[in-house]
Amino acid sequence: MQPFTYSKAATSDDVIAALTGEGVQLIAGGTTLFDLMKLGIEQPRRIVDVSGIGGLDEVTLGPNELVFGALASMTDVASSPALQENYPVLAESLLKAASQQLRNMATVGGNLLQRTRCNYFRNGAMYACNKRNPGSGCAALGGVDRGHALLGGSEACIAVYPGDWAVALTALNASVDTQSPRGLRSIPLADLYRLPGQTPDRDTELAADEMILRIRVPAASYGRASTYHKIRDRESYAFALVSAAVMLDLDGDRVRAAHIALGGVATRPWRAPQAEALLTGQTLTPARALDAGRAAFEGATAGHHNAFKIELGARAVADALMIAQQRSTGQ
Amino acid sequence: MTDTLFPAATGTMGQPERRYEAREKVTGSAAYASDVKLARTAHAYLVTSSIGRGRLQSFDLTAARALPGVIDILTHETIGDEIRQTPSIYGGGYMADTLRPLGSAEIAHWGQPVAMVVAETYEAAREAANLVVVSYAAEVAPVAGMGSSVATGQALDPMGFAVGDFDTAYRTANVTVDANYTTPAQHQNPMELFATQCVWEAGRLTVHEPSQYVNNVKFGLAAQLGLDPSRIRVISTYVGGAFGAKGFLTHRTALVAVAARRIGRPVKLVPTRAQGFTVSGYRAETRHHVQLAATQDGRLTALRHEGWEVTSRADTVAMGAVSMTARLYACPNITARVNVVAADRSTPGFMRAPGEMPYAFAMETALDELAHKLQMDPVALRRVNDTQTEPVGGLPYTSRSLMLCFDTAAAAFGWQGRPSEPATMRDGDWQVGWGCATAFYPTHAGNSAARVRLSADGRVHVESAGHELGQGMYTMMAQVAAEELGVPIAQVTVALGDTDLPPAVVAGGSSSTASVAPAIMAACDAIRRRLGIATGVPADVMPAMEASGLGTIEEFTEVRAHGTAPDSLRGLYRGMALPAGGVHLPDRVQFALGAQFVEVRVHRRTREIRVPRVIGAFAAGRIINPRTAHGQLVGGMIWGIGSALHEHSEIDTRNASYINANLADYLVPVNADVADVQAIMVEEEDRLVNRAGVKGVGEIGVVGVAAAISNAIFHATGIRVRDLPIRIEHLM
Ligand SMILES: Cc1cc2nc3c(=O)[nH]c(=O)nc-3n(C[C@H](O)[C@H](O)[C@H](O)COP(=O)(O)OP(=O)(O)OC[C@H]3O[C@@H](n4cnc5c(N)ncnc54)[C@H](O)[C@@H]3O)c2cc1C
Ligand code: SF4
Repeated sequence: MQPFTYSKAATSDDVIAALTGEGVQLIAGGTTLFDLMKLGIEQPRRIVDVSGIGGLDEVTLGPNELVFGALASMTDVASSPALQENYPVLAESLLKAASQQLRNMATVGGNLLQRTRCNYFRNGAMYACNKRNPGSGCAALGGVDRGHALLGGSEACIAVYPGDWAVALTALNASVDTQSPRGLRSIPLADLYRLPGQTPDRDTELAADEMILRIRVPAASYGRASTYHKIRDRESYAFALVSAAVMLDLDGDRVRAAHIALGGVATRPWRAPQAEALLTGQTLTPARALDAGRAAFEGATAGHHNAFKIELGARAVADALMIAQQRSTGQ
Repeated sequence: MTDTLFPAATGTMGQPERRYEAREKVTGSAAYASDVKLARTAHAYLVTSSIGRGRLQSFDLTAARALPGVIDILTHETIGDEIRQTPSIYGGGYMADTLRPLGSAEIAHWGQPVAMVVAETYEAAREAANLVVVSYAAEVAPVAGMGSSVATGQALDPMGFAVGDFDTAYRTANVTVDANYTTPAQHQNPMELFATQCVWEAGRLTVHEPSQYVNNVKFGLAAQLGLDPSRIRVISTYVGGAFGAKGFLTHRTALVAVAARRIGRPVKLVPTRAQGFTVSGYRAETRHHVQLAATQDGRLTALRHEGWEVTSRADTVAMGAVSMTARLYACPNITARVNVVAADRSTPGFMRAPGEMPYAFAMETALDELAHKLQMDPVALRRVNDTQTEPVGGLPYTSRSLMLCFDTAAAAFGWQGRPSEPATMRDGDWQVGWGCATAFYPTHAGNSAARVRLSADGRVHVESAGHELGQGMYTMMAQVAAEELGVPIAQVTVALGDTDLPPAVVAGGSSSTASVAPAIMAACDAIRRRLGIATGVPADVMPAMEASGLGTIEEFTEVRAHGTAPDSLRGLYRGMALPAGGVHLPDRVQFALGAQFVEVRVHRRTREIRVPRVIGAFAAGRIINPRTAHGQLVGGMIWGIGSALHEHSEIDTRNASYINANLADYLVPVNADVADVQAIMVEEEDRLVNRAGVKGVGEIGVVGVAAAISNAIFHATGIRVRDLPIRIEHLM
């Protein structure tokens, strides 16, 4: 870890002013950034602490829109009874992530920018890694790839996007408000995350001097019919082997619209439009749910150790759909 | 979790006394090795090899040396010949492996220390370590492990044995089982890292290091540094978990000692969690071939267990627990063999129930396969083959309460009425299964000495260089002295973990209490004799003490453990007190035994595995403190859940490296994975094992759990998994 200077910002304008020049990074909860600094992956010269900025930790669950201030903690958002009641998919995606201690520190904005858990990426310069060291190759290809992507990979990188919250947000058509020296803009989550292609070193479309202010989610009257179904190697405190974020707009047994996104299996939060299309206008049965799950994994490419996730993922999607349906009729 | 504590005995022994050092630990005032504050400490950081096999070509230390605060950098080129080549414990020495620390340009394994930076601060040392540029020559790809190369394993003939005629018995049997099992590499990952602090004062060296054997460190270091052992003191007041990883001298201690001498200041090293994966030994991966044959009514007629274990090229290390699995059940025809597969890996070592865990997984799963084939209840199968005499040498067990354990645990579990067919129990979307397995651990003891001082005011001070690993050593020592002298336990103080104290056995092989309690008892006897009080019966010594008019009485005694060599007491004073017992005695075998019962649930579709209940009953002789013993047993059983479902040091075969060397990726059970775990202590009196009647409970809790879980998974799903850890993909 190299030495760095630390300053605390009072407003988002301060942050943007400070984010000029090389090697500046903002820090919110620090649970990702410090980890990556200790691993030598992030090497900022200057750190700007945004945690003291007022107003950016507010959460409003409005009739048209849900707005999450980027600095709200995972714990605060996850423990909102209204969110748990009306959008269980969002609350569960946070509650099933990390540990209580981490969730207390971590922010819902910082959460979006966590980086892959690919062991080769994290374990240092001894491994070839295009994400860490562009052009060096990819040690995961031909290595231990149980945790790697089946969807969205390239010859340059098959690293999984590891987070849960962004997967749920992707299913719900969320977007982020950002601020940079070029002004304010809104980026749909679907456009925020990049496919690795030939440049896996860049995870997102966010500019180096751009800050996330808020996350916006269109309200849905049927948000209760949702779930975040996360399958992992132990019951808590583990990243997803596969996960499915699902929300259903139902008309009796018939699906008006399905929202489905996958986690743990793709290089970015992965929306599954084929699966959604297969359900639209159809009656939801366990068999059709499984068909949708299988459709979600069409085109999946397995490596050496992760092939089981194709079937596991399909079943997770199917179970998530049935849970969402149950929640809808349970009301 | 529910408690089932041993029924109360009279006096303090057998009572669930609270931990002697509870307040210090709860309040954080207990100073572990890295907490000890020394003036002007410099900080060290290791640089470790990123290749698995080859040679160091060159170092570029320019950038590292230029960093402000850097004081010294040790490499094989700069260290000189201050550290001598000394043998490992496998060659009669003290080291955990035979490589010389920074001894040459040879790279024997990934993660091998190749340099150590010393700087004013930890941060500077770490940054400089990152700036050290190492060039390697790696012409040959490393052999990472067993791979498909078991065929090239080397048989260790002294570990093999046979009785009867296995081949004929197996060939002509009614019912047979023939299966292969594997277990992965695992690391102990004690919460406390492998810290070392060294300080020289007037030619004398003091080492602060968490250790399971302070005298091993002292005498081993003396040999490495060519010093008179009397100039070295090793202190290990508290150890934050060890599990075998802190048993024997590793490379780091001599490096820190040399660095401290070179710069004339105390030096502190705290290797990282990842470096800990190769700083010390680990549980190597194993493979097993088990063949069983039985009559229609379940009597074993033939048993064969062959094991393969990964070892390093430098050291041949094998746990070889066929010596135990072949002695558990009556069987006339037995053959057993142990092989090692040498790989380009660091030398394996000891990890809680080192051989017992993997070998029990193989044997106890095979027995379940046999029970299934026979359509016999697995408990009934153990009962039919129960014996009080081990079948290899015909030696008697000093005591064996295996079926009492099975019956006790089965009753507590509600085993009766379990359907014998697999995949028949269901709770909603969850398939439910019940499994069981035998737990065993050999009873060991080693030579130990103790000093006890009784003062006229009724205070008692007990000293012995045993070790507090969290298992309850302080408390046990206080209890034994209080009982023997008839004083309240609150009047007893204890010192341990220091080479200036009377030497004791290595804290390994679950032998600490069995070894040190008899030494304390003997010292108390000596005090009682001086006061004219008969020994061996409860008595309060204080009236006689008052009558004597003496200020203090102090007695030092040494006790030789059953099965140790006649001249082995000398080894006690040279850091060579290793435990004896188990299956290595001429006249008998000694085991603690137990029965593990498990309920698992496997999700019908996603195949997630849950373990809602684990109930174990254990007969381990006398229990001196049911509270700490209970902690040991339950902790072991939880570890057993991890050994079955979670723990796995993942190896990239291309450079023989561990790629999940951190606690986020090396999975162990978290609270949510641990539901109802009950340890029942079955009453057992064994007057033969040692004077204290103690068999040890440190390791047995982990043994058999993995088999019980794999057996329960079979019962739930009909799928037999023979490879650990058992994960979702095995059940898809
Ligand atoms: C052991 C462990 C287990 C975990 N398990 C899970 C899990 O199961 N599921 C899961 O989803 N997550 C998991 N996480 C990740 C965790 O959720 C993230 O670390 C956390 O959410 C990051 O939030 P933070 O506020 O601490 O971010 P920080 O560390 O402060 O920042 C992270 C990154 O985002 C940038 N950043 C932060 N805020 C903003 C902003 N407002 N605008 C622009 N950039 C910003 C920072 O510059 C930095 O690059 C785990 C983390 C750890 C360490
Ligand atoms: S998968 Fe991506 S992150 Fe992992 S090693 Fe390959 S390039 Fe690096």
